[in-house]
Amino acid sequence: MRTKRVTFRHRWLPYLLVAPQIVITAVFFLWPASQAIYQSVLREDAFGLKTEFVGLANFERLFSDSAYLESFWTTIVFSALVAGLSMGIALVLAVMADRVIKSALVYRTVLIWPYAVAPAIAGVLWWFLFNPTIGIGAYAMGQLGYDWNHFQDGNDAMALIVIAAAWRQVSYNFLFFLAGLQAIPRSLIEAAAIDNAGPFKRFWSIQLPLLSPTVFFLLVVNVVYAFFETFGIVHATTGGGPGNETVILVYKVWRDAFEGLNLGSSAAQSVILMVIVIALTAIQFRYIERRVEY
Amino acid sequence: MKSTLSMTAMASVMALAAPAAMAQTEINFWHAMGGALGEKVEEMATAYNESQDDFVVVPTYKGNYTENMTAAIAAFRAGEQPHIVQVFEVGTATMMAAQGAIKPVYEVMENADIEWSSDAYLPAVRSYYSTPEGQLLSLPFNSSTPVMWYNQDLLDQAGKDVPQTWDEVFELADALQAEGHECAVSFGWQSWSMIENYLAWHNQPIGTQQNGFAGFDTELTIDESEDLANLLQRIADSQEDGTFVYGGRRGDSLPLFTSGECALWINSSAYYPDMVEQAEFNFGQTMLPLNTEAADAPQNSIIGGATLWVLSGHEDADYQGVAEFFDFISQPEIQADWHMSTGYVPITTAAYELAQEQGFYDENPGTQTAIEQLSLNEPTANSAGLRFGNFVQIRDVINEELEDLWSGDQTAEEALSNAAERGNAMLRDFEDTNM
Repeated sequence: MRTKRVTFRHRWLPYLLVAPQIVITAVFFLWPASQAIYQSVLREDAFGLKTEFVGLANFERLFSDSAYLESFWTTIVFSALVAGLSMGIALVLAVMADRVIKSALVYRTVLIWPYAVAPAIAGVLWWFLFNPTIGIGAYAMGQLGYDWNHFQDGNDAMALIVIAAAWRQVSYNFLFFLAGLQAIPRSLIEAAAIDNAGPFKRFWSIQLPLLSPTVFFLLVVNVVYAFFETFGIVHATTGGGPGNETVILVYKVWRDAFEGLNLGSSAAQSVILMVIVIALTAIQFRYIERRVEY
Repeated sequence: MKSTLSMTAMASVMALAAPAAMAQTEINFWHAMGGALGEKVEEMATAYNESQDDFVVVPTYKGNYTENMTAAIAAFRAGEQPHIVQVFEVGTATMMAAQGAIKPVYEVMENADIEWSSDAYLPAVRSYYSTPEGQLLSLPFNSSTPVMWYNQDLLDQAGKDVPQTWDEVFELADALQAEGHECAVSFGWQSWSMIENYLAWHNQPIGTQQNGFAGFDTELTIDESEDLANLLQRIADSQEDGTFVYGGRRGDSLPLFTSGECALWINSSAYYPDMVEQAEFNFGQTMLPLNTEAADAPQNSIIGGATLWVLSGHEDADYQGVAEFFDFISQPEIQADWHMSTGYVPITTAAYELAQEQGFYDENPGTQTAIEQLSLNEPTANSAGLRFGNFVQIRDVINEELEDLWSGDQTAEEALSNAAERGNAMLRDFEDTNM
């Protein structure tokens, strides 16, 4: 790849131009992150009247807590399901929408709509649909012979938060897939069609490989979304239950700080989450970006 | 005007302060009463503000109980705390432990230039929020207790009277099932209604050190009650024929009752307005069922709800206003009105008597259940209430362990012993932090 070289006449101009970005990063990331690290080595009562330095005790306590380790596993399962489901559905929809010629704009607009719905509202919406007593979704499943009760059945509860989280993300993924598909030259597909390749064969051998950068980009974005932005959905639907079957890491961070008022432990958990997101980003840039053919 | 006040607060400040003189002192009051309850709180503040010229009470809605408490604590850390904050009953230990941050109510009232006695408040309400020496720490505001709500139409269909014991609950279930109706009972706020109140009702301890009143070195003893384990196991087993249906934490199971699916529902008496609005059948409330295996007669139930705490760090003169406001809202007329419109219990004996005189209980049979239950007997060390640190989290633990019981993953005995063990670790954590 060739890079264009730009020279600035003034020494301070480039610094001035990046200054806003640096200030924003400092205020909204570096400062809170350093506060979290500081708080994670303290033990403090809720009001901040008694503060004690405890070193890594908060972390030790977390890793000896079986509930916290289970929460890791729950989060991994949840993220894999959300990313898989939302990308799978989005891909199917994008391929369909790519082939539609008549009123394509209408389809696209309707498919993008759910992205504008806030996670907590999406959560409440699904809570109503699948409420075991009054939900129309639960009723429909009852008619089909499945006794839905996410208050009691851990798998039902997991399914509920996965559907609620994935539903919204489908729109986002759809946009990227559609853009990716439209960037594939028509001539390639037409050539394959002339060589007697059916729609599935064309998709599998031509479109999907050419989409792979988009797929990997979305994989990382979706995992990050499932890890960090789904707190509202869990809060509004299952509240972590039944048992602790749907307590994902980010929900536990919130609950320990805002319900439990245990700031030290909550800060330690956010530091762990921060390490995870840094690792995910590093993996994306170091390995995946390189291997995927553009 | 402080920039930290929210828009709603600003609106109410302007509405209230417009006709008043500039010399008035503002008393900030953060509460967690949304909707109709919030309007009632505004009404109280307006009535107080109009009754005198020195102070202006500014109520601000800050979200649910947890959000309100967290907001007040964050404000305290930033030096912007309100004078009065409403805190739910399980936050009591946290507030008490924060000695530099709070001003006990008895002290505020004694220092102020008014006549006041804590004897006016109902014993069962007062005891929950007092020191072991009987000094009131926070002002009871909205208090309720779990009762058993029943669907009279379903009872008639089964040809049964209102159950008074757990055995009768299960007999009712059999009779209903003979009529082809499955669910007999469900409940909400299960830690509060089925464990804490079950133990108090049968005069058994919830924890050592007088349920935590006598010291931070308390331990949960919920796993020591055999009759509780037996009852919970019986309830869990009864899911097989549909007698019991679990409907979620907090009030999530309300639709199970109001839709007519379950004949009985054990939860707060403060659901009264919801029942009036949603239930399309004849309903009533009665006392919690007795487990005859555990006791011959019930003791008394314990309260839930919230109290008003006074935060320190303001001018001494401000606290005169706080004391006057507290005294004002404790008046029988105001308390009786609050009680009759919300389903919360009246907090003073005088208010209870006033509601009786006005014939409220004759017109609305059953509405006195909560207060009768609370004042059934003089509270014992087991039934005065409970005071455990980190109790919000401990309730989550109890919820989790009970849910694993309802789903059949563990027995009642295991659920209670796991809950006690995990809860005790949190109690030790709280003890270490507040040593």
